[in-house]
Amino acid sequence: MAKQLMKGNEAIAKAAIVAGCRAYFGYPITPQNELCEYMAKYMRSSGGVFVQAESEVAAINMVYGAAASGALSMTSSSSPGIALKQEGISYCAGAELPALIVSVSRGGPGLGGILPSQGDYNQATRGGGNGDYHVPVFAPASIQEAASLVRKGLIVAAKYRNPVMVLADGVIGQMMEPVELDPNPIDIEAFPWAADGNSGVRPRNIVNSLHLDVDDLENHNKHLQAKYRAIEENETMWEEYKMDDAEYMFVAYGTPSRITKSAVDELRSEGVKVGLLRPISLWPFPYEVIHRFSKKMKFIFVAELSSGQMLVDVKLAVGYDTPVHFYGRMGGNIFEPLELVAEFKKHQEVLGQ
Amino acid sequence: MTTTVFKKTRGLTDVPFTYCPGCTHGIIHRLVAEVLEELELLDTAVGIASVGCSVMSYEFFNCDMIQAAHGRAPAVATGVKRTHPDKTVFTYQGDGDMASIGAAEIVHAAHRSENITVIFVNNAIYGMTGGQMAPTTLPGHVTTTSPFGRDTTLQGEPIRMSEMLSTIPGSYYIERVTVIDPVSVRKAKTAIKKAFQAQKDKKGFSMIEVLSTCNVGWGVTPLDALKQIKNDMIPYYPLGVYKDKGANQ
Ligand SMILES: Cc1ncc(C[n+]2csc(CCOP(=O)(O)OP(=O)(O)O)c2C)c(N)n1
Ligand code: SF4
Ligand SMILES: [Mg+2]
Repeated sequence: MAKQLMKGNEAIAKAAIVAGCRAYFGYPITPQNELCEYMAKYMRSSGGVFVQAESEVAAINMVYGAAASGALSMTSSSSPGIALKQEGISYCAGAELPALIVSVSRGGPGLGGILPSQGDYNQATRGGGNGDYHVPVFAPASIQEAASLVRKGLIVAAKYRNPVMVLADGVIGQMMEPVELDPNPIDIEAFPWAADGNSGVRPRNIVNSLHLDVDDLENHNKHLQAKYRAIEENETMWEEYKMDDAEYMFVAYGTPSRITKSAVDELRSEGVKVGLLRPISLWPFPYEVIHRFSKKMKFIFVAELSSGQMLVDVKLAVGYDTPVHFYGRMGGNIFEPLELVAEFKKHQEVLGQ
Repeated sequence: MTTTVFKKTRGLTDVPFTYCPGCTHGIIHRLVAEVLEELELLDTAVGIASVGCSVMSYEFFNCDMIQAAHGRAPAVATGVKRTHPDKTVFTYQGDGDMASIGAAEIVHAAHRSENITVIFVNNAIYGMTGGQMAPTTLPGHVTTTSPFGRDTTLQGEPIRMSEMLSTIPGSYYIERVTVIDPVSVRKAKTAIKKAFQAQKDKKGFSMIEVLSTCNVGWGVTPLDALKQIKNDMIPYYPLGVYKDKGANQ
């Protein structure tokens, strides 16, 4: 497909349709409305289903139903709406249903604000649904990557029979950039487990997350955990930027990672050997690679548009041997490259370098 | 010469019911299963089990089944039906599930006139969790969370779902029935058949409300529970057709 200039929300919607998503259920909320609106306009003419649900709770349960009957389906929302979807996401995980959830996050808590924020890292990676479950979370840093990760998200969801989240900050949703979409629908086999009303021609299918027998439920959990280990093994994604000879490492994800790259370039121009590690999958988190690099670093600098949520994962990865510093903005404020450079230099001075 | 005068419907599996002796959930199951078989819908049906005593109904109905979160069955059914418009989709929901936690989902499924059939089992109580008050519990009735009897000044008057949903333009067929004697059972089956036929004819949202016993939750004998439906429930929840858009056609 030719390169075209697209708004992030629309590119995400179009990428999903082109990849073969055939059912969208959503509820309006800023800053993801263009995604819902694009689906309203184009899903039906693409042979798919669009329903504006009565709430985010209903939307995720419509996804649950569509997925349970074998349709590749998705929903999208923003922070307070994602909060409402957590029950349904837990049910999808429990019943092992593939589904894509796009979260275009804004500032919180509560109604918060409508400007970009990364305050939903914990919501996305830890979730608010009940039980021992995980949702792969992919965080794009450009519109092009948002489109690719939507495609990848659908593939991973179908492959592992698990909900997948694409976590885009509000910048990704609202910004325009050139994007080239893969024109081919993704290649997925039919779902033999689907409750799609065909019990006349095969044994009947049941989609369920209830396991009243304790051993049955423990075994089900063990099965889920084995699946999550496989996802950690196969689907962990990150980007390394100028890390080859780095003595200092920034860690940032999403749009702020691009601002951090500018800070890296500025510091490099002054002769500081600094690089950036950008987690692309937030769960599974690239613990190992961060741990490996951390051993060679004088310090690590985490930059987020939050009070420091990914910071906890970085600290888990690093342990106690290398200092981990943090800088964040909140409320919809976005740091600038020179702001990061100045903060970085403060920590360098403490080291006496 | 021998002739078969009665046999168990193919619409039910051989798994024994988990319902208390005397509970009428089982009769309603059988009627739904018989109708699915008789209308030749069983092999292409997808049932949605809700959360309540009937949560295990995915084990009992002999067709594809999906278990839904508490109250969300109409939304789940929407997801199935929209992506599989030629399949028969039904929900089986209790009164706590539908009239309380799932009030929004049922109202909007009716409002969009989803072409699904809803079997609404109203026993005026939360059976599964041990007999707490439901929005449908009758005034003055003692439950574990209305230990002094339902006080309508604090807890409201019972909700009449059939009446309420019949005011929604999107609903196509709504009838309230019961299963307390052979005559009412036969009437209930006819109603359920009408509802599934409406779906087969792509008419839109249909719901059959069945006044059902919870002898255990009510703390009475099965026989007294049947009497209680007749004497207490039916006067507040009159039986009959509340919506039939096809009546004048
Ligand atoms: C979100 C959530 N809240 C509460 C429950 C607990 N719960 C299980 S069944 C039930 C009541 C069901 O009552 P009803 O729908 O009337 O069905 P019945 O058992 O009477 O047939 C409740 C509250 C739950 N499973 N999920
Ligand atoms: S608790 Fe009540 S509704 Fe549930 S099975 Fe027993 S009698 Fe029936
Ligand atoms: Mg009940």
